[in-house]
Amino acid sequence: MVRILLAVFLMALVSYLPRVLPLAFLRQKVDSPFFQSFLYYVPYAVLGAMTFPAILYATGDIGSALVGFGVALLLAFYEKGLITVALFAAFAVYLFQYFLG
Amino acid sequence: MHIPFLSRRIATADPRRQDFFLGLRDGFPIALGYVPVSFAFGLLAVRGGLPPWIATLISLTNLTSAGQFAGTNLILAGASLLEITFTTFLINLRYLLMSLSLGQKLAPDLTLGQRCLMAFGITDETFAVASVERSEITFLYMLGLIVGPYLGWGTGTLLGGIVCTFLPASLQKALGITLYAMFIAIVVPPAKKSRTISIIIAVAVGVSSALTWLPGLRLLSEGWRITIATVVACLFGATFFPRKEVK
Repeated sequence: MVRILLAVFLMALVSYLPRVLPLAFLRQKVDSPFFQSFLYYVPYAVLGAMTFPAILYATGDIGSALVGFGVALLLAFYEKGLITVALFAAFAVYLFQYFLG
Repeated sequence: MHIPFLSRRIATADPRRQDFFLGLRDGFPIALGYVPVSFAFGLLAVRGGLPPWIATLISLTNLTSAGQFAGTNLILAGASLLEITFTTFLINLRYLLMSLSLGQKLAPDLTLGQRCLMAFGITDETFAVASVERSEITFLYMLGLIVGPYLGWGTGTLLGGIVCTFLPASLQKALGITLYAMFIAIVVPPAKKSRTISIIIAVAVGVSSALTWLPGLRLLSEGWRITIATVVACLFGATFFPRKEVK
């Protein structure tokens, strides 16, 4: 048990350090346009990389995941809210799996 | 400092308190998205042999999906402390980029203590929402943004650990898509307005797909895939589409 708690502590430490070091100690703004552009694009790139292709494996079968993916894309395109998009995508997956799975 | 078409103002007298509530509002969908994922984590950890309180402790101290999933798997597999620490660290390296990016948008008057507290709440999702929705990030906004997801992540884990197998599998599977659907809801509107952002997303998706499916590269962990795809897409963007004047 002590070993497990130690592992949890170490995991917490290496989860926190990359988050806190730049935020706490890099006070000055970055001037380079290259680096500024790089950082500006980070959130979009992270979200894209996290979503696809992981979304295809999020529901247990690719068919229902594609349906949920399509519903989410469509609703997001019409700029519906985050909760609306999330719940309708889940509902579409559920219906697909219920009737066709 | 609001982006007019993204922020609906909440009418309160104190603008600083208003920031906190704006954060709470923006964090709510993230919290909702976290529940099924952390629920699944609690379920897997307890099934693997950890008591529910340890699973919850992991969630409340780590507050990260891929990193703690991997670390916990290694704990359950009886791996060495070094292996557990190193793997978790690698997966979490991407937070360096996010923290760096977020640091550029911080309100100037933040104390070290406030910075250290905010840093704890940086996740893929809170980072994405804060940096897309706000042009300047205040302490109270970030605090409000973090509260919901933190509670959602902890509560989901505890419930998953206790309930273990209560939720019907069909519902669990359907809820698996919510987090990704939320990401899509975040990126599609700005991508519609900017061709450059669409291209960056396409490059990131292309690289992460290649890393997932191409033989040999499949061995990479999910954390590495995300990190590499992000770096490639952002290098591409900074090289070919440098932003002219960024404040």
